[in-house]
Amino acid sequence: MSEEKHEPVPYQTFILIWVALIILTGITVGVAQFDLGAVNVWVALSVASLKSALVLFVFMHLRQESLLFKIGLLAMLVILVIFIGLTFTDVLYREVLL
Amino acid sequence: MSFEHRDDTGDRFGMWLFLYTEVILFSGLFILYAIALTTYPQEYITASNKLNIWFGAANTVVLLTSSLTIALAITAIQRNQIRLCISLCVATIGLAFVFLINKYFEWSHEISLGIYPASETLRDMGPGVTSFFNLYYFTAGLHGLHVLIGATLITVVAVMVAKGKVTSDRYVLLENSALYWHLVDLVWIFLFPLYYLII
Amino acid sequence: MTKTPLTNTGFYSESPRSGVLGWLLSTDHKRIGMMYLGCITTMFIVAAALGLAMRLQLFTPGQHIMTAQTYNATFTVHGIIMIFLFIIPSIPAAFGNLLLPIQIGARDVFFPKINLLSWYLYIIGAILAVLAIFTGTGAPDTGWTFYVPFSTQTSTNVSLAALAAFMLGFSSILTGINFVTTIHRLRAEGMGWGRLPLFVWTLYATAWIQVLATPMLGITLVLVMLERFFGAGLFDVASGGDPILFQHLFWIYSHPAVYIMILPAMGVISEIIPTFSRKPLFGYWAMAISSLAIAFAGSLVWAHHMYASGMSDFAILVFSLLTFIVAIPSAIKIFNWISTLYKGSIELAPPMLYALAFILQFAIGGLGGLALGAAAADIHLHDTTFVVGHFHYTMFGGTGFAFFAALHYWLPKFTGRMYNHKIAFIAWGLLFVGFNTTYMAMQAVGIQGMPRRYYDYLPEFQTLNMVSTIGSWVLAAGLIVMFVNLLNGMRNGRPIRMNPWGGATLEWQVPSPPPMLNFGKEDPVVTRGPYDYKGVKADEF
Repeated sequence: MSEEKHEPVPYQTFILIWVALIILTGITVGVAQFDLGAVNVWVALSVASLKSALVLFVFMHLRQESLLFKIGLLAMLVILVIFIGLTFTDVLYREVLL
Repeated sequence: MSFEHRDDTGDRFGMWLFLYTEVILFSGLFILYAIALTTYPQEYITASNKLNIWFGAANTVVLLTSSLTIALAITAIQRNQIRLCISLCVATIGLAFVFLINKYFEWSHEISLGIYPASETLRDMGPGVTSFFNLYYFTAGLHGLHVLIGATLITVVAVMVAKGKVTSDRYVLLENSALYWHLVDLVWIFLFPLYYLII
Repeated sequence: MTKTPLTNTGFYSESPRSGVLGWLLSTDHKRIGMMYLGCITTMFIVAAALGLAMRLQLFTPGQHIMTAQTYNATFTVHGIIMIFLFIIPSIPAAFGNLLLPIQIGARDVFFPKINLLSWYLYIIGAILAVLAIFTGTGAPDTGWTFYVPFSTQTSTNVSLAALAAFMLGFSSILTGINFVTTIHRLRAEGMGWGRLPLFVWTLYATAWIQVLATPMLGITLVLVMLERFFGAGLFDVASGGDPILFQHLFWIYSHPAVYIMILPAMGVISEIIPTFSRKPLFGYWAMAISSLAIAFAGSLVWAHHMYASGMSDFAILVFSLLTFIVAIPSAIKIFNWISTLYKGSIELAPPMLYALAFILQFAIGGLGGLALGAAAADIHLHDTTFVVGHFHYTMFGGTGFAFFAALHYWLPKFTGRMYNHKIAFIAWGLLFVGFNTTYMAMQAVGIQGMPRRYYDYLPEFQTLNMVSTIGSWVLAAGLIVMFVNLLNGMRNGRPIRMNPWGGATLEWQVPSPPPMLNFGKEDPVVTRGPYDYKGVKADEF
């Protein structure tokens, strides 16, 4: 079996990503100060997804892992979307919302 | 009789599979949240405004920084900088406790206002607000439990690094504990805007 | 060959620790598999006894051997034990552990210690489940589904039972993680994806479901417990919750869970049919892909359990449509088994008989599933004994019979002894007749409108209920004959050599019982497919 190891990620890369994460946190807090209606939630979720991607690919070394890891993550996300999406086929279309 | 096989990639893959299960575990609560948010949009704004955004933001910064320190710890052990690695682990554990202490003060404040599951005050605020705070307490509580488990894991690994059982040649335990810690961070990345920043 | 005591052969004799500790602390997949097999079979017998008691109560209308409350507790405990302690771990945890590493040419699973941990979690779950019956405020009476609001309000021991199910879920998750990693990382040289036995493919698909669906059960049960302890009210309308969401979360796991139950059973059948037809499995890739397709489609259809729950009509439409999708990969499997049989040199050995019974009974159960998946028919059939009959046709007639088939096929491999074939035929005959009598009558009376989960019924349902109960006696007789025969075979059967059936997969190329690290000093190199029977002959025994 392979005993492949990753090349060490330089300290600077991690620190840069951290700076980006802090800036994104600032953005998401900043946007939340203005009432944009439903847009707020979607902005918050988009920023959160972007932050997650940074954490996943850099902090968690997913970038360096083989395709299998990425396919696994994708499978999990697809299942998650199905779970959430199909539950909403019920809740959004009830005649009386609870 | 047992056989030695060494496969770090496989070990990490197993950990990733475990993280998927954790995501699905939390997703149950997020599904409930999403549905309650569409059912009670106004009440959720009212309730969210009762949370202290600065407590949340501070904890976000704390967790992001702890994620950084544990990521740096891996580079440190790869470069055989054992001392630095241990210090970074200790920093991560320290930040975990800062997070929990922060959470403690935040929750004490809310509980002192009478806001906790099944409280009278909450019942008077109506079903929407009640559902917000129920979900908030259980999601954040489950997350807090994960912070505690993650900090314990990192403590164990830090001791093993110090004893030379986790080395620059064989550090998959540190990698897997770090992966777990990043998951804790990932959950908070979604938890924070969804609970604190709804307006 | 001479009759050496079992404890002196194969993995029974080699252990770093002697005696009981050699088992309880063993990380060897075969020992763990045998421990699972023992516990799981015990649980099956306990739950089957409860089932027989229920049938006895339903022999004629009126109260005989149990009160309404006892009946509620009985079907609940029967369900919890059968689902969480028998069917879900039956084939994956017991036979998966025994066979998966050998079939892919590995010496153990990828995480042997976690494998042992997962067995202990199973045992803890089993103990908690038993405690839930005998301690506290009485056995849970919610049905195995724990539906709110009743489960959050009843005074019976629901919390403990939910905790038991949570533990068992955790055990199942760890097994799933272990198997996925094992299949990805530990295949022997030459064991490409196209050479995996179908049993491994189905375990692979199952393991993914275990990983991706089971946590949802965990969180749901935790929420029920929180609601009971703290009055959390996440499923309570007065606190802004929604009881139907409990059903969603519960079935998001529990529907995929029925595929955890049936997929490995299909894998077992896919091993047995080619061996006893002396023909390669028809449509290997169609079978492999359809396993993954079933696993995926299984995550799309959960709300077909909820047509009568009050969820939106749109969701009923969507889920009814999606439900029919599952029929496609399932039908692919049935057709391919039959095509494998076609013009084969069929030998009706005991495992083959169980496999053939599986095909028939699973087809009946599957077609009943289509009737229930169609929303219009379901509104009539919902919560009748037709549902119970359908479920038992797929789970008992399907997975149960596949489990028996696996016992007859593989148990000699792991004990080195062959059971008596004539008695095995008799047992099979009793089981087949008893099973179909019991559950066909149950389905029929369900169509007439008899509700499920009632301890009493109207006089017009009496004939069919009597037929069903008499069938259950035949079934019980069959079970007794079968288990006694297998046990007797384990102790006194004729010794066998490597390959009593003429199988072509790797487990038939190691001694019976296999040695500790399965393959001796040299790692195996795989040079042929799993169903390549050229030159493979069955040993005399």
